[in-house]
Amino acid sequence: MTDSTGSASTDHELAAVVRREVARIVSATARWCGDLALAEDAVADAVVEALAAWRRTGLPPRPGGWLQLAARRNALDRLRRDQRQQDKLALLEPLPIAEPDATDDHQDDLALLFACCHPAIGRPAQLALTLRAVIGLTTSEIARALLSQDTAIAQRITRAKKKIVANGIRLAVPAPSALADRLDEVLTVVYLAYNEGHLTTAGAQSRRRDLADDAQWLADALAARFPDEAEALGLQALLVLLRARDHARWTPDGALVRLEDQDRSLWDRGEIERGIAIVERAGALRRPGRFQLQAAIAALHAEAPSYASTDWFQIVTLYDMLRTYDPSPVVQLNRAVAAAHVLPVDAALADVDALAADLADYSYLHSVRAHLLRQLGRDAEAVAADLRARSLTQNPAERALLAERIAAGSGESVGDD
Amino acid sequence: MKYVMLFGSPSDDTWAQLPAGTAERIYEEIMTWWGQHAAAGEIIGGERLQAGSTATTIRLGSSSKPELADGPFIESKEEVSGFGLLEVADLDAAIALAKTWPALQVPGESVEVRPVFAM
Repeated sequence: MTDSTGSASTDHELAAVVRREVARIVSATARWCGDLALAEDAVADAVVEALAAWRRTGLPPRPGGWLQLAARRNALDRLRRDQRQQDKLALLEPLPIAEPDATDDHQDDLALLFACCHPAIGRPAQLALTLRAVIGLTTSEIARALLSQDTAIAQRITRAKKKIVANGIRLAVPAPSALADRLDEVLTVVYLAYNEGHLTTAGAQSRRRDLADDAQWLADALAARFPDEAEALGLQALLVLLRARDHARWTPDGALVRLEDQDRSLWDRGEIERGIAIVERAGALRRPGRFQLQAAIAALHAEAPSYASTDWFQIVTLYDMLRTYDPSPVVQLNRAVAAAHVLPVDAALADVDALAADLADYSYLHSVRAHLLRQLGRDAEAVAADLRARSLTQNPAERALLAERIAAGSGESVGDD
Repeated sequence: MKYVMLFGSPSDDTWAQLPAGTAERIYEEIMTWWGQHAAAGEIIGGERLQAGSTATTIRLGSSSKPELADGPFIESKEEVSGFGLLEVADLDAAIALAKTWPALQVPGESVEVRPVFAM
C-alpha cells in the first residue's frame, strides 16, 4: 500500500502501522459500510492522507484509530459523490463517526475472513482474497507466494470482491446453523495459506514477511472464538506442532532439511507440549475430523526421539482414519510414505505407483518413487524419477535438495512427512 | 435480498429413462416443496418452462435488424427448464434452499443461484 520511500521518520511509522493494522481497519470499515471494495478504497485514501498529515504533525497518539476515522470519513465522501449509492448513504449518514472500539479486533478480522472464504467463491479465489483483504499482502506478494501472475491474481481478487458485493454476502461470522460448513471452508483456506507460505517464503531471502505467522494468527483467533469447535482446535494444534519443528527445517543459508536429517534438539519442546495439549482438548470434544487427525500425526512425529523410532504403525492407522474424511490422492500418498516403513519396499512402491496417474504432476510423488526405487537398487529409474520431481517444482529449496540427490546418484530419503 | 434460481435440466431423455413412477414421485415432491416455500414467503415467483426445443431466439442479425432462430440461445446438453424468484435473508439462505430442490435427485439437474440487480 505504501513504499515509505520518503526520508521522514513518520513514513516508516506509517508503513509499520499499515502492515500491522490495515487488514483490521479494512474489515472494520467494510463492516461499518457493508462494502468491501469501498472500504479498501477508503483505507487507501486514508493512508495517502496520513503520509502528508503525519509529516506535518508527527505521529498521532493512536495511529490505527486515526486511520480508521479517516477511512470512515472517506467512505462517506465517496458515497456522497456516487449518485447510485444514495440509499446506502441514507443509512450511514445518521451514524456518528465514532472513535473505533479497539476491544474486539478479532471480531472484524474473523467477519472478513468468513466473507472471503464463502463457499460460493472458488477455492483459489478464496485464498487470494484472504491473503489480500485479511492478511494485507499486496497483489504481487500473493502472486509470488502462489507462483502465479500479478494480473491473474488481480483479476481473481476483483471478481471475488464483485461476487461478495453483488450477492450481499455478509461480512459477519455466520449464524450457528450455518457455522459447520462455513467454518470448514475457513479452516481449509487458513491451512492453505500456511502451506503455500511454508515453502515459498522461507527461501533464499532472509525473513521476509512470513505467511506462516499470519496463518497461525488466524488459526489462534478462530480457536479462541470457537473453543467448542474441535476442528478449529485441530487446525491450531496442527500449525503449532508443525511450526515447533520450523527451526530445524532450514539450514542458516536457507536449504531445506528433510525430517529424518533434522536436529531434533532444535525442535521447540514447549510448543510441542502446547500443541499436544490442544489436540487432547480437541479430542475430548469427541468430534474427530481431518485437522485433528493431521495434528495427531504431527504430534507422533514431534514426540519421536528419532526418525528410526517413530511410531509408523500408529501413523499409518491415523492416515487410514484420515482417508475416511479426506480420500484425496495426496492423503493416500502420505499414507503410502508412512506405510513404506512397515511394509516390504516393493509393496510400498506398488501403493505409490497406483497413485501415479492421479498425481502425475505432483513433484513429491516422483521424489517418493525415486527413494523407493533406490532402495530396490533400481538406480537409473530412481534418477529419472528425481529429475521428473525436480522439473515439477518451482521452489528453490526443493529444487536444490533434488539436484543434490540427482548428483549423488543415490539419495537416502523420502523428504518430509 | 432477491435471488433468482435458474433450473438447469439435461436436454436429452434422462427423465424419460428413469424407472417407472420415479419422475411422477419427484414432480409431486417439487409441487409440495414449491408450495411450502411459497407459503413461507421465500419463493415469490417463478415458472416451469416448456422444453428448450420450443424456444425462439431473437438476436441482432447481420442486417442490424432482429432476426429469429429456432431453438434456445445456446444449444447444449443442459437447458433452462424453469426459474424461481427468491426473497431471503442472504446467499446462505438461498443456497440452503436451492440444495433441497427435489429435482437434484436426477443426474444432470442443476440450480444456478444468482443475485438480482438492486434497483
